[in-house]
Amino acid sequence: MRPVDPDYLDVLESHAVFVMREVVAECRRPALLFSGGKDSAVLLRLAEKAFRPGPIPFPLLHVDTGHNFPETLEFRNRRVGELAADLVVASVQDSIDRGLVADPWPAESRNRIQSVTLRDAISTYGFDACFGGARRDEDKARAKERVISLRKSDGGWEPDQQRPELWQVYYGGVRAGEHLRVFPLSDWTEMDVWRYIQRESMDLPSIYYSHRRSVVDRGGILLAVSEWVVPGPGEAAEELSVRYRTVGDATLTGAVRSPARTADEVIAEIADSRVSERGATRGDDRFSESSMEDRKREGYF
Amino acid sequence: MSAQEREADSIDHSGEVALLRLAAVGAVDDGKSTLIGRLLHDADQLTEDQLQALESASRARGQSGINLSFATDGLRAERAQGITIDVAYRYAVTPHRKLVIADCPGHVEYTRNMATGASTADLALVVVDATRGLREQTRRHTALAALFGVRHLLLAVNKMDLIDWDERRYRELTQEMQLLARSLGGTAVESVPISARHGDNVVERSVHAGWYRGPTVLEALEQVPTSTFAGPGMTGMRLPVQLAERGPEGTIRVAGMLMGAEVQVSDEVVILPEGRRTRVTALETLAGAVSSARAPLSIWLTLADGVGVQRGDLIASAVDPPVPSRDQVATVCWFAHYRLCRGQEFVVKHTTRVTTGRVLAVESKLDLDTLRLGPASYLETNDIGVVRWWLADAIGADQYQDSRASGSFIVIDPKTEVTVAAVMVGAPAVT
Repeated sequence: MRPVDPDYLDVLESHAVFVMREVVAECRRPALLFSGGKDSAVLLRLAEKAFRPGPIPFPLLHVDTGHNFPETLEFRNRRVGELAADLVVASVQDSIDRGLVADPWPAESRNRIQSVTLRDAISTYGFDACFGGARRDEDKARAKERVISLRKSDGGWEPDQQRPELWQVYYGGVRAGEHLRVFPLSDWTEMDVWRYIQRESMDLPSIYYSHRRSVVDRGGILLAVSEWVVPGPGEAAEELSVRYRTVGDATLTGAVRSPARTADEVIAEIADSRVSERGATRGDDRFSESSMEDRKREGYF
Repeated sequence: MSAQEREADSIDHSGEVALLRLAAVGAVDDGKSTLIGRLLHDADQLTEDQLQALESASRARGQSGINLSFATDGLRAERAQGITIDVAYRYAVTPHRKLVIADCPGHVEYTRNMATGASTADLALVVVDATRGLREQTRRHTALAALFGVRHLLLAVNKMDLIDWDERRYRELTQEMQLLARSLGGTAVESVPISARHGDNVVERSVHAGWYRGPTVLEALEQVPTSTFAGPGMTGMRLPVQLAERGPEGTIRVAGMLMGAEVQVSDEVVILPEGRRTRVTALETLAGAVSSARAPLSIWLTLADGVGVQRGDLIASAVDPPVPSRDQVATVCWFAHYRLCRGQEFVVKHTTRVTTGRVLAVESKLDLDTLRLGPASYLETNDIGVVRWWLADAIGADQYQDSRASGSFIVIDPKTEVTVAAVMVGAPAVT
């Protein structure tokens, strides 16, 4: 009799680990983009499992907009400590201070200019491959991207010039000045990520679960009131039970109303949700059909 | 029930949810992207905001209602030209399956992207416009899918509403595809009469085709066996070594992703290309120590005598190991914009081994329309042919028809670092 196929979550996990091991073997200096968000937390867990009992053989790179949720920074520091991992912080504020880029804040968020800081860190540290937690289910442009995606010397993605990616043979070679963005979670969905978090009993920043928070509704996005987000004339702060579906720059990542306090409850909640992860929570993806493609061409994650 | 609810349901059956990778192929305008959009829509995989985005995209192009084909075209150039340039991946989940859908481009100039989608697919979903029949592009794509080792074809005979659900026409097209599949090495064919635009027999059963008793597209996708990388001709296990660590007393612990048959502690294995035999003394999956492990899991495997084992070596069952050789005759799908000729040298990657290879001879070229090999001395962009290679290192390659993963290699231009060819060991599977 034909044996039962392995569970798909095991297959996704094994594939992601395979990709990480290939890149570590073939690239000179990889790094893992770690924001403290759930997708990068899953990446970190995979890296931990891929190389244990040894240490994670690459540094973590945090591109810090300076507009953070304190819970995320706390989580980042805790995980770095637990794993005795190397952490490199590339600061957007520092890029602004050095005159690499103008600060768009407060007219616009610092989300877009993170690309400048990221490109600068990649060239400063000589990283030739960066693991990222991006998933193809997040956006139409991401849906087109290879697992191992080439960035030209300006950091930009050229979607019409992607290398063929055959079978599961991943090749890590690049020319001088080029680098790779590697997406081990390409075939995972938001639900897969949460099922994995549940299965692995993973720790996450507390803001992924329900908590009371003072928020202000801006264009349907519930922004946390903070030193950067202050209710203006005609706006009123409300205290609600919320959680975050994604965690990014605190000035544009929205919360969702939620009573879900555990991974099980979050999974049940996502199962009922009629709104996609980015649609619900990200101010940055609402501009146009091509906003993600444009940002990726500029070197965004 | 929403898709996510179905997915949540599937949690109760963990262990039974298998991954199925499919490549959607077909000629331009036969309705491939519309079918994928319809499948996602009717299987409730699209959220409200995604539907709104589709609606406004449709309106922006002067179309009323929702044009479901926009669900997969992701690049600006694709929307501008109204064609698919590169593979888009979409996901759907049912109680028994996680589907990874690769929407493959139709134009011959994007063959490299179609190959990218087909090379990992378990099944090809071939979309044909019932009013136009099997076209040259349909045949070419079906042949390419078969060449890349896709063993199941699901033919969606689309636009049945435009021919009044004519059963005879549907049977003719199905028969034509079965004939083609027979000439392509006996790939299994199932077919479904559909209207992607109106949603007949995609997820919901059509009320217009009372004569049709078979499955809907979604049902067919749930029923087909998933069979990733091992063919019936290979009985053994293969483990390409990704990383190797020394252990105590000459043992060595290697990491890799399993393919082929199950491996058990105490199995006798052979280390290729060296040829030394030894035993497996321990196995670990990502969950911990185990006594046996199955493909396609990533594992650590400890060898009793593993001195000298390194990345790029292949651990194979001692029962039917491939014969290591530097001389490889293989079917090549050539992507570069220059000619492939005798004497050229490239970087070659077979499983986890990176080496170099020289073209000894271009032996023949495949005509994808007649499925015949003819004489040739070079290959041009998007040509397929048989090429003899001489590699700097011996590789333990299986025949591609037996094992996709250990029977294939990629060819890289050392100047640009770009992959310029997909290589399948052995003669084309389709002749």
